[in-house]
Amino acid sequence: MTTTYELTDLDKLEAEAVHIFREVAATIEKPALLFSGGKDSVVMLHLAVKAFWPAPVPFPVMHVDTGQNFDEVLEFRDRTVERYGLRLIVASVQDDIDAGRAVEVGGPLGPRNQLQTVSLLRGIKENQFGAVFGGARRDEEKARAKERVFSFRDEFGQWDPRNQRPELWSLYNGRHRKGENMRVFPLSNWTELDIWNYILQEEIDLPQLYYAHSRTVVERDGMLLAVNRFIEPQPGEEVYEAMVRFRTIGDATCTGCVQSTAGTRQAVVDEVAAARITERGATRADDRISEAGMEDRKKEGYF
Amino acid sequence: MSQLLRIATAGSVDDGKSTLIGRLLFDSKAIFEDQLGAVETASVARGHEGPDLALLTDGLRAEREQGITIDVAYRYFATPRRKFIIADTPGHIQYTRNMVTGASTADVALILIDARHGVLEQSRRHAFLATLLGIPHLVLCVNKMDLVDYAQERFEEIRTEFAAFAAKLEVTDLTFIPVSALTGDNVVTRSSAMPWYEGPALLRHLEELHVASDRNLIDSRLPVQYVIRPQQADFHDFRGYAGTVAGGVFRPGDDVTVLPSGFSTKVSNVWGPGGEKLDEAFTGQAVTVELADNIDISRGDMICRPNNKPTSSQDVDAMICWMNGDSTLAAGSTYTILHTTRETRASIKDLEYRLDINTLHRDDQAPELRLNEIGRVRLRTQKPLHFDPYQRNRDTGSFILIDEATNSTVGAGMILGTSQPESNIVWHSGAVTREQRKTKGMTLWFTGLSGSGKSSVAVEVERRLVASGRPAYILDGDNLRHGLNANLGFSPEDRAENVRRVAEVAKLMADAGVVAIVSLVSPYRADRDAARAAHVADGLPFLEIFMDTPLEVAEARDPKGLYAKARAGQIPDFTGISAPYEAPLSPDLMLRPSDGDVDALAAFVIDRVEQQ
Repeated sequence: MTTTYELTDLDKLEAEAVHIFREVAATIEKPALLFSGGKDSVVMLHLAVKAFWPAPVPFPVMHVDTGQNFDEVLEFRDRTVERYGLRLIVASVQDDIDAGRAVEVGGPLGPRNQLQTVSLLRGIKENQFGAVFGGARRDEEKARAKERVFSFRDEFGQWDPRNQRPELWSLYNGRHRKGENMRVFPLSNWTELDIWNYILQEEIDLPQLYYAHSRTVVERDGMLLAVNRFIEPQPGEEVYEAMVRFRTIGDATCTGCVQSTAGTRQAVVDEVAAARITERGATRADDRISEAGMEDRKKEGYF
Repeated sequence: MSQLLRIATAGSVDDGKSTLIGRLLFDSKAIFEDQLGAVETASVARGHEGPDLALLTDGLRAEREQGITIDVAYRYFATPRRKFIIADTPGHIQYTRNMVTGASTADVALILIDARHGVLEQSRRHAFLATLLGIPHLVLCVNKMDLVDYAQERFEEIRTEFAAFAAKLEVTDLTFIPVSALTGDNVVTRSSAMPWYEGPALLRHLEELHVASDRNLIDSRLPVQYVIRPQQADFHDFRGYAGTVAGGVFRPGDDVTVLPSGFSTKVSNVWGPGGEKLDEAFTGQAVTVELADNIDISRGDMICRPNNKPTSSQDVDAMICWMNGDSTLAAGSTYTILHTTRETRASIKDLEYRLDINTLHRDDQAPELRLNEIGRVRLRTQKPLHFDPYQRNRDTGSFILIDEATNSTVGAGMILGTSQPESNIVWHSGAVTREQRKTKGMTLWFTGLSGSGKSSVAVEVERRLVASGRPAYILDGDNLRHGLNANLGFSPEDRAENVRRVAEVAKLMADAGVVAIVSLVSPYRADRDAARAAHVADGLPFLEIFMDTPLEVAEARDPKGLYAKARAGQIPDFTGISAPYEAPLSPDLMLRPSDGDVDALAAFVIDRVEQQ
């Protein structure tokens, strides 16, 4: 037989994501893609570029900037946006803090992940975005496992998990009234390993933080945090040099790194395949809040 | 090459479904230490001994508090051979709506039965919904075998009872596996407690399940999703029609027709995502095609082949599952309908019946469909839909209904066909009924490779039947291609049409009281299934007889010298060499060269005919 007419799992996931991008572009006014420079958003942007070839991506990207990001990631963000000729909108958490719309918990240099909700919702409202693409995956967290690909948000940006729209076949209902919006998750069915396998297959560039490098770290709450202008070692904490890499990249105050010697895409794929701890469990202090932490934050309008 | 398999699970907490999924995830090492740690903490908090694997699958706070599953949850795990996506749906609250959702994209359904309680109403309901949603493979896990002392008798009892029920449904592939999710027997590894069970463990079965031929590779369909016009210097004249192939295959150079305009042109280029130039694109691929002529095409149009078009109609018969608790479906109401990439309005002309999914009883007096109810309706759409029956193509046969006031998705539909009243062609019933004819007609459908012995056995069967006084007639594939089918080639589309015509002629003969003996390679399962369906719909017996002769044997025989030519590249699309043969999954009769000579094989067929 000449061909078997079968797609690999990655080809299928890619086709599904491309379908979702095109569906949104065709049916929803004013979409935007959330882009932080983190690996999931980089993969998402890569897929968007492929979906509309040879035309440019027909929507802007938005970064919800906590003001406490790694410099390398911001440089990567700007370089990528320029390379694809995209329009970048920055929704600044600092602006919201300065204007009193968001209140810092734990004082200066406290984690700002939760504050992002305010800036995200403001960015959506000010720009009148009808749909926002997010890089969330269902394998990340229990509450996410129940979220739709097209997730409806009411006029307050809130998610009602008990009243979600049924989602069947590949028929997506993105209808909403003015003021309401859709969150769309093209990577819903991807796992961390799928993401890395795809990065390997497509030779996608990432911030160097994702690969092993030598860094000054401090151990806190069982996590390794990078010492920089956001993280000051406290008395009694041990500070040392280590070969590390980041499995996720978020707010620099609460994103931990892991000891690793994986310096290439292939080495990271091998490491992820053998990992026995989830990426959030290993490196996200903010996700350790409670059994229902993510569910509560999502209801309020979080990513 | 790693592949993706989508699984729908059904069952209630009591069946141990969550434990089974937890066990699959745990034993295949898809559970991470921190997740297990969280489960252990929660288990201790609730006073369980050891980790309660069911807790791995509870997502929302209310679910954990009430110990139930509210919504469809998606789980992921992988083995070196496959990546699995489980759509986990609850068995109790709003079971239908959620199970229909989870089943809509599934390749295989896992149904759990508690070995102590046997086949319950709920098990039948789950099996029915799985087949209604067109899931090709059903796996019955008879769970809690540890609580019935791993008794083979109990397993066999349940198997027999369920198989009898399944015979009433359109199940193509049904497998039974005795398991204990709690202890792990036969879930990931074979159980030593049940030496009498010779099949594979559940995970192995899921890894090896053959799903490649479940897809429709015959009816070429590309619903236009988005038109790409870069309007840039480099691609000044580029006009690409983007979409996900919903059936068949498209290649550069193919003749295509665009619906609804009916204009025909050729495919000039097929592009994959990111501009990868493709020789062909098939079902499931997201592509962009360029066409040779500049014709007006927009989202919602359907690109197909000139000699294989979907049905275009504004009058549609469908099964609908109602998914909304705030409203009901009744004749007269109007909705937005989303079908492939086409969006239009649909009004409900008639609710023909409501189906009781426990008894399969049809209530034609039902005034409405409420949440979780299923019924058959007639719709009239504002613009025509271009569709195939759902059982032939899930992508072009499905739709959703959207409430125009609330924007909620309220109904899920599976198309049966076009409603009859709009047709001007009326069926004339004759004065003579089938019972009044002297002989009882039927169709014997011989399928198999060229040289497998179909014609030899068919000739002997015909001789014996006629000698016994029963009218019989051979419809030979090669012979029919000289006349009735002279205008057809050997592409998948033409083969489909060839089979369709032969099936229709066979049906007429069977209706006239003749035993129609079809001898036809008929390599595609979907085509043979359509032939069977056409007979069943008319109440005519149909026996599929599979000449299971290995390719090497058929090729060695090569009575017409065709294999030699095909090997030399002189015959394109030759079944077994350069075109696929999809063996029947459950033929009525299977004949192998080792079963005897032509006389012996013909005798088996005659026996089977006499049983009918």
